[in-house]
Amino acid sequence: MSTTTGSMAAVPTEGNLLSTEELQTLNKPGRTLGSRIGGVASITGIVLIILYCIIPFYWMVVSSLRLPSMGLSNDFWPNPMSIENFKAAFEAKNNFPRALLNSVIVSGTTTVLTLLFGIVAAYALARLRFAAKGIVLAIIIGCSMFPGITLIIPLLKMFTGYYSWFPNWMNTYQALIVPSLSFGLPLAVWNLTAFFRQLPVELEHAAMVDGCTPAQAFRRIILPLAAPGVFTTTILTFIAVWNEYMIALTFGVDKNMKTATVALSQFTGATQFDTPYGSIMAAGVIVTVPLLIMVLIFQRRIVAGLTAGGVK
Amino acid sequence: MSTAVAPKDVKIDPNKKVKKNVLSDGQGRLAAMLVAPTMLVILFVVGIPILMTIREAFFLKNTGIDPTTGLVGAGEKFVGFGNFTNAITGKNEVVPGVWGQLPRLVNAFLNNMFFTVICVVIETILGVAMALIMARAFKGTGLVRAAILVPWAIPTIVSAMMWKLIFNSAGVANKILGQTVLWLGDGAPSQYAIIIADVWKTAPFIGLLTLAGLQTIPAEVYEAAKVDGASAWQQFTRITLPMVKPSLVVAVLFRTLDTMRMFDLPYGMIGPRKYSVETLSMFAYDEANNVRYGPAAAYSILLFILIVIVAFLFVKFLGADVVGDEEVKAINDQRKRMKKMHKDAAKARTTVTSGEGVQ
Repeated sequence: MSTTTGSMAAVPTEGNLLSTEELQTLNKPGRTLGSRIGGVASITGIVLIILYCIIPFYWMVVSSLRLPSMGLSNDFWPNPMSIENFKAAFEAKNNFPRALLNSVIVSGTTTVLTLLFGIVAAYALARLRFAAKGIVLAIIIGCSMFPGITLIIPLLKMFTGYYSWFPNWMNTYQALIVPSLSFGLPLAVWNLTAFFRQLPVELEHAAMVDGCTPAQAFRRIILPLAAPGVFTTTILTFIAVWNEYMIALTFGVDKNMKTATVALSQFTGATQFDTPYGSIMAAGVIVTVPLLIMVLIFQRRIVAGLTAGGVK
Repeated sequence: MSTAVAPKDVKIDPNKKVKKNVLSDGQGRLAAMLVAPTMLVILFVVGIPILMTIREAFFLKNTGIDPTTGLVGAGEKFVGFGNFTNAITGKNEVVPGVWGQLPRLVNAFLNNMFFTVICVVIETILGVAMALIMARAFKGTGLVRAAILVPWAIPTIVSAMMWKLIFNSAGVANKILGQTVLWLGDGAPSQYAIIIADVWKTAPFIGLLTLAGLQTIPAEVYEAAKVDGASAWQQFTRITLPMVKPSLVVAVLFRTLDTMRMFDLPYGMIGPRKYSVETLSMFAYDEANNVRYGPAAAYSILLFILIVIVAFLFVKFLGADVVGDEEVKAINDQRKRMKKMHKDAAKARTTVTSGEGVQ
């Protein structure tokens, strides 16, 4: 204390510690010109980002609401507005309702399967200590980096009945679901592991002190607590499978076995060379809007889920 | 990355055998039971198909007439690296791409590399810029987050059709530019169209991941830097970048690998067998659909090897910590320390003996 006062006394600036200039800057109100410019720039930046993300999607919605005959119109507002394109998307030749149903079946089943397998594996990876953990984690992350085409080639050969020991699986649900596990399962395990790691391990320890086995601690303590994480993983996996294209394109060739994404990319117009943009955009809106509603409602959780893998 | 200093109070006996997992305390059996179903599924849907692809890559379907029987050949024959060499030397097919008359495989490879480098560079710069703007913002963060999730949630094939409409020769892109660029005409503009569509879809995603990394930086660090007189640029290069690097590197790695296996976007937007935008995935897919499984497998294996190399380079040189498990990291660090101790001990012994030899 005494040394501090000593040094203070050693620098006498007319009894004041700070110069008048410094005092002036300190007395200035917080909103300087600089900070005001910064505020405007930040709002401009935000608006630019929002426009960047929204405008192409806006164009899709607008184009879906035109008259089918005006598919290539460049008006920024549909004039006149019509839902003819949506009706056209559901025309019998497009078989779109069936495609939507197929998408729901494939995405739903794949998601349920990945969760069944993924939850237990993720718990082990997040909590238990075992020798091969590093290898298991590396294999799982390796699978999510894997090029899908490398799997499709042998599976196509297999599913088309090339080998006598394997049944012809072309145009079956299992042919769409089983290959989807190859990217769905790593995704689910990865996300769930990140969520389980965030839960305090002390809760389990307390349960085990009270006489629970690790399995009971998992079932009674962790699973209820991890429900939000499981829910987020469900959404993320469902979206990933719903958006999948290459597997569905390869194994669902039959008109009745196409998924929504494949079906809409193959809509045909009056002639072979006429692309019916209006009904394709309408189908695109139908395929996307449920996802968008889900994403917007649960945006916090989804962002948390997306960043869980990358950021610790 | 792993410059953790060995705790001084821990005595490690260099003569004792290194235990496989120093932190393991006998939960192995339960863990094996829990992990086994997942690993079995992965074995069946990934492991076995990979082995089949590798096997396939060295075989070719018999065509032409068998000289001994006089029948049209059936089955397959082993061709060694024939599928690879035929494709690289252009013995199979030479196509006119943007890069000139090239073997179809080389053309696809160049497209792949071009898309990957350009897309990832633009996406990273845009994504980091977006993250910086969002981190500064006080208002509208919820709105921006919602907006950013829009491109992410749209299925790639739907966005491909959407951009196909936008880039139509009579479409809105040309209207705004006031020109008539043939974006979808299988030429250099098609490549730009693909790049624009890909950047639109994924730059916000990188922004989102970078933002999460930014938000883990404590404000005190910036305050301290300000007190020390650091300029805004210095703060960015000396604090922000190094501190978001771990999450950014992982995001960029995943984006790079994703772009390398790109399929939906060029396939939906420009179409199959359009050589200016054909990627390795599209080429292999086309070959497989023409029942040329051998060459298709060979090309997909090439893509696989490329991806492995890139992932390895990211982990090795940029320190991408993809696994991100504390325990695994601790075990690896421990192993490294033990190895170093053994080495040091061995070195010490040899120095002593050589010293004796000199005397």
